[in-house]
Amino acid sequence: MSRFDLTRRGLLRTGMIAGAGLAMPTVFTSSAYAYTNEPKGKSVTLGFNVPQSGPYADEGADELKAFKLAVKHLNGEGDGGMMGTFSSKVLKGNGVLGKKVEFVTGDTQTKSDAARASAKSMIEKDGAVMISGGSSSGVAVAVQSLCQEAGIIFMAGLTHSNDTTGKDKKANGFRHFFDAYMSAAALAPVLSKQYGKDRKFYMLTADYTWGWTQAASMKEFMEGEGWQMVKDVKTPLASTDFSSYLAPVLSSGADVLILNHYGGNMVNSLTQAVQFGMRDKQVNGKQFEIVVPLISELMAKGAGKNIQGILGSSNWNWKLQDEGTKAFVKSYGTEYGVPPSQAAQTCYVQTLLYADAAERAGSFDPCAVGKELEGFKFDGLGNGPTLYRAADHQCFKDVLVVQGNDKPQNDYDLLNVAEITPVDKVMYEPDNKFFAGGELGKCNNGA
Amino acid sequence: MDAIILQTLNGLDKGSAYALIALGLTLIFGTLGVVNFAHGALFMIGAFCAVTMQRFLNLSYTLLDPTKKDFLGNPLKVQTPYVEHWFGHDTGAAIINWSVPLSILLAIPVMLILGFVMERGLIKHFYKRPHADQILVTFGLAIVLQEIVKQVFGANPIPTPAPVEFSGSLDIGALIGFPANAIVYPYWRLIYFLFSLGVIGAVFSFLRFTTFGMVVRAGMADRETVGLLGINIDRRFTLMFGIAAAVAGMAGAMYVPINSPNYHMGMDFLVISFVVVVVGGMGSLPGAVAAGFLLGVLEAYASLNEVKSIIPGIDQIIIYVIAIIVLLTRPRGLMGRRGVMED
Repeated sequence: MSRFDLTRRGLLRTGMIAGAGLAMPTVFTSSAYAYTNEPKGKSVTLGFNVPQSGPYADEGADELKAFKLAVKHLNGEGDGGMMGTFSSKVLKGNGVLGKKVEFVTGDTQTKSDAARASAKSMIEKDGAVMISGGSSSGVAVAVQSLCQEAGIIFMAGLTHSNDTTGKDKKANGFRHFFDAYMSAAALAPVLSKQYGKDRKFYMLTADYTWGWTQAASMKEFMEGEGWQMVKDVKTPLASTDFSSYLAPVLSSGADVLILNHYGGNMVNSLTQAVQFGMRDKQVNGKQFEIVVPLISELMAKGAGKNIQGILGSSNWNWKLQDEGTKAFVKSYGTEYGVPPSQAAQTCYVQTLLYADAAERAGSFDPCAVGKELEGFKFDGLGNGPTLYRAADHQCFKDVLVVQGNDKPQNDYDLLNVAEITPVDKVMYEPDNKFFAGGELGKCNNGA
Repeated sequence: MDAIILQTLNGLDKGSAYALIALGLTLIFGTLGVVNFAHGALFMIGAFCAVTMQRFLNLSYTLLDPTKKDFLGNPLKVQTPYVEHWFGHDTGAAIINWSVPLSILLAIPVMLILGFVMERGLIKHFYKRPHADQILVTFGLAIVLQEIVKQVFGANPIPTPAPVEFSGSLDIGALIGFPANAIVYPYWRLIYFLFSLGVIGAVFSFLRFTTFGMVVRAGMADRETVGLLGINIDRRFTLMFGIAAAVAGMAGAMYVPINSPNYHMGMDFLVISFVVVVVGGMGSLPGAVAAGFLLGVLEAYASLNEVKSIIPGIDQIIIYVIAIIVLLTRPRGLMGRRGVMED
């Protein structure tokens, strides 16, 4: 005989009590807070979600250093970095809106589900009012939509897929970094000038949102220059040995290899391509060339001398000579003993831009902050005059075409700026075919 | 044609790593009857022996060079390795250059000791337990080893280059009558293939031509009878565990120039190596080696664009498809013996 007699009435009663109990906290919170995680105390918490393992872990480590430096500067410690050169002067080094800036970190593991879980924990457990970081567009898109649902601002870190501010754009998400379309638009004329108009190219492409949009953009612009695509082969993000993908390139008749790979992927694929003798090869009577559309200093370091002479594009480079860059390199270099990477710069700038917008809005309410960021024009943060376009929350600025340095003067002198492509050459309409399909939607503050 | 030759080489190269790991797995399974899921981690530790060797040889002291400037305009810090200081610049640089082959000297004793400790300290207690328990405990051990390496060396791949003399590639095509630069293959991958053949040969000769090997083989066939003859078979099996660990460790140490090692690399190989063992036949050493090379080559052929255009994505699943076919048609694997893992 059971001691627990389960009756319909009993079940209903228990269910109602349990339901009321569960609903209780939300009833209180929703009336007490005007928006998600409104900071009530003397401090405000930012959440930095970066890959600390996986193929993009190098970039993640550098992003985290930049975030920590930005927080220091916002709180009035250190030399202030780019706060001194920033065209907006509302940040005073006393935190944001008088509150001391604190931060929590999460490990995205370069995986969308892990990134969402760590962002969720920072929002729900730690009360983060803004999430930034991410070194993969797959992760950025996933976390951006999570932030949209939670009523939190997402200040994207290093994400280069067209989709982040294209078909997957969200009202709560903002991107400072450039995108695949801009890379291709800036690179195409330089490539056809250097390597000629009559070229056949083969692409290896990381098999996720960034790789796809990078490959599509390169195909469009290179075919526009008269180049012919032989094949575009997708490689899994987790690949480390690319030999079986590289072998068919040699017999395909292509004379250019475009590696739509980033981070550890690119270090491996480029190194192995060089090992297979591709840079010493003559095909169709021409020198075989390798192109890496998106290059970072950290990848250049990983690839060693294999990067020499390789063309690609970057969002920013520490060797630029503007005042913002000089201030940032000095500040970061003194702190960590190495110059910052482009991933570090974009994350530092995003943190400053967020703080500045909150200060100007007089609130951490994501809708108020978002309004200040939309259409915001600024300068002095290393990229020259920049616009945060309201229609898609994408920053527009000059794009750098970079080339691996043949004669490095020191360990960090790995990339030369070959050309600065002015912003109007890489500008596009928000409904451009590579970006169409998504809606920003309405800003959500979680109330 | 040249694509097929290149992929054959790629396949043999991948197959070398599969075969070496599968060989160690089979040695352990055949002698001790333990399914060792920590074997991939042993491969990874071997790779990190090479990293440690490289780090050790590169230990440096710092001098300030006021004539040169770093990126902030301060005097440049020049790092000079102690090895160059002690042995002179040229000899020191040559030693550092050869750090990967030299790391074998570190990997063998480290892996033997690690093997003994693992077997005596942990695995010994699981001989009489079901295979599921053995798998769980060795898998747990693999995770522990991985996390330790991650703590010490970080999560990022660490570039560990081959000696400069072998960093280039060999124009194989020119040797066999193809036009120049048609079939070019990296030296180090060829060396890895030859190295693995050498290790496999050594293990087989050891088992075949030494008294020790004879006793081990007898023990594999009938452990109780060998014990009744007054031979301490347990001690020999412990040594076999150490040898299997050393084989995995050498395979890992020599692998690092092909792919920069990270803490997770063992897991990537482990799963495939188990498939290799099953396809080759549980407990069969020649089966493990043959299946290793076979699956490596088939995987490489599946990566040919001509094949992928017929069946997209086949290169990702070919190994498992083969495993399914072999298990359906020959449930004991290619060279499996009757009575192994069967009741």
